[in-house]
Amino acid sequence: MSNQTFLTVQALTKYVKRKFDADPHLRNVYVKGELSNVKLHPSGHIYFTLKDDKTRIQAAMFKSRTSSLQFKPENGMNVLITGDVTVYETAGSYQLYVQSMEPDGIGALYLAFEQLKKKLQQEGLFEERFKQPIPQIPQRIGLVTAESGAALRDMYSTINRRFPMVEMYLFPALVQGRTAGPSIVKAIEQANRLANLDVLLVGRGGGSIEDLWAFNEEEVARAIFSSRIPIISAVGHETDTTIADFVSDLRAPTPTAAAEMAVPDQLQLMQHLKNQQRSIYLAVQTMLRQLNKRLETVKAAYPLQYPDRLYRPFIEKLDNLDERLQRSSAAVVQEKRMNFDRLYAGFQYYTPVRRIQLEQQQTKQLETRLNRAAEQTIKQRQQHFVSLMRMMQALNPLQVMERGFSIGYKDNEVIKSVHDVASGDKLTLQVADGSITTTVENIIPKEVE
Amino acid sequence: MAEEKDMQFEQAMHQLEEIVQKLEAGEAPLDDTITLYKEGMELSAYCQKKLQHAEKQLIRMIDQDGNETPFDPTAGEPNE
Repeated sequence: MSNQTFLTVQALTKYVKRKFDADPHLRNVYVKGELSNVKLHPSGHIYFTLKDDKTRIQAAMFKSRTSSLQFKPENGMNVLITGDVTVYETAGSYQLYVQSMEPDGIGALYLAFEQLKKKLQQEGLFEERFKQPIPQIPQRIGLVTAESGAALRDMYSTINRRFPMVEMYLFPALVQGRTAGPSIVKAIEQANRLANLDVLLVGRGGGSIEDLWAFNEEEVARAIFSSRIPIISAVGHETDTTIADFVSDLRAPTPTAAAEMAVPDQLQLMQHLKNQQRSIYLAVQTMLRQLNKRLETVKAAYPLQYPDRLYRPFIEKLDNLDERLQRSSAAVVQEKRMNFDRLYAGFQYYTPVRRIQLEQQQTKQLETRLNRAAEQTIKQRQQHFVSLMRMMQALNPLQVMERGFSIGYKDNEVIKSVHDVASGDKLTLQVADGSITTTVENIIPKEVE
Repeated sequence: MAEEKDMQFEQAMHQLEEIVQKLEAGEAPLDDTITLYKEGMELSAYCQKKLQHAEKQLIRMIDQDGNETPFDPTAGEPNE
């Protein structure tokens, strides 16, 4: 004994833990049991004991995992758990660490539901793009349900209350039991053969999951998916969800609700009609008012009210242009006139009149000069004449005669020489106070030396 | 139009809605507007009349062989 080596508790516990952790069968274990001693810790972790008739195991579910829980764990609840088992060293106990937990009790059906749902979802059957629109005002509605069911009576009365105009066709189907699935499928196919249905309601009243099970069957789901007619699912109560609900074009919580979704309410329709009428009336009223207003506006428009204002600007422009024209033409005229004046002045300067005047002036000057010269000449002549007169007077023979001289003429010729006369000629002697006639008696020539 | 007796309610409603839309858009010329207005009012009256005179319908039951029989669900015994 004494030469044995003693392990510490810690070492032993570690060893055991390693054994647990190394065992693949303790990872991802699926275990079912009843919940007891459930503690919802404020931290968000859940601690509980999982037990059956004879055994128990401590379990913990950490907060990071609890968010996926779709129910609240309670004592006495049967659950299905996946998780792993390991050793909690401090307490020296082994524990189940829970990854996920689901309520048990639905058992195989629940599992089947989940499996089918997952499968169809992966196939895309629930996708929004496959959903057909539900007509707002259907004319023919098909009902796939049990002919004796409460669902049919609910849908019938709801449709008749809301919109009695619609025609209803029943395609009776078993909605419960083993043959329900194929029966529903046949009814849906039959409805699709009736070409002119606008919408199909498929469903039944509420019940247990087993009662509703036909609506979770794959062939029903596929029949709904393949239906050419839009389908509203009308299964059970609000809380019941079936595969049919996922795959149908529109999901109604109850058969009554499905009927309400399928047809419009006649009272609302009536109101809608009145609103439409009102809209039409208002639209036309508005349009007429607007047109009238436009007409008034046009009529009241400035140009129509004062037509002269239309051409007033043109008048002004014309005036303006006219004024400019006049101004500019006046300027031209003035310029021409100035030119003319200048030319005229030049012209006048060189005019013959002027020349004539000049010439006249010259003539006058010349005349004056001539006159003056003439006067001078005359004066000189007169003076000369006077002096000549004086000389003449001095030389006047009469004066000489007065002094006793006489002038002898022969045949009125003055006798200047002895040779001018002959004896016997009668001569006239001019004396101062008359004449004497004589006869030549003797001629005595002067002795020449 | 509304004179056609065979006209379906839904068709009439549809036409009426189209007319309302056209009128509310306010783009139609005046003459068209008046025509539309007249048509719309007729359609509206027609639809109202149809609604008011609609009678409760029985269900037509069609069995697996396609045979059609009238069916009144309220007459049956509720046994679900």
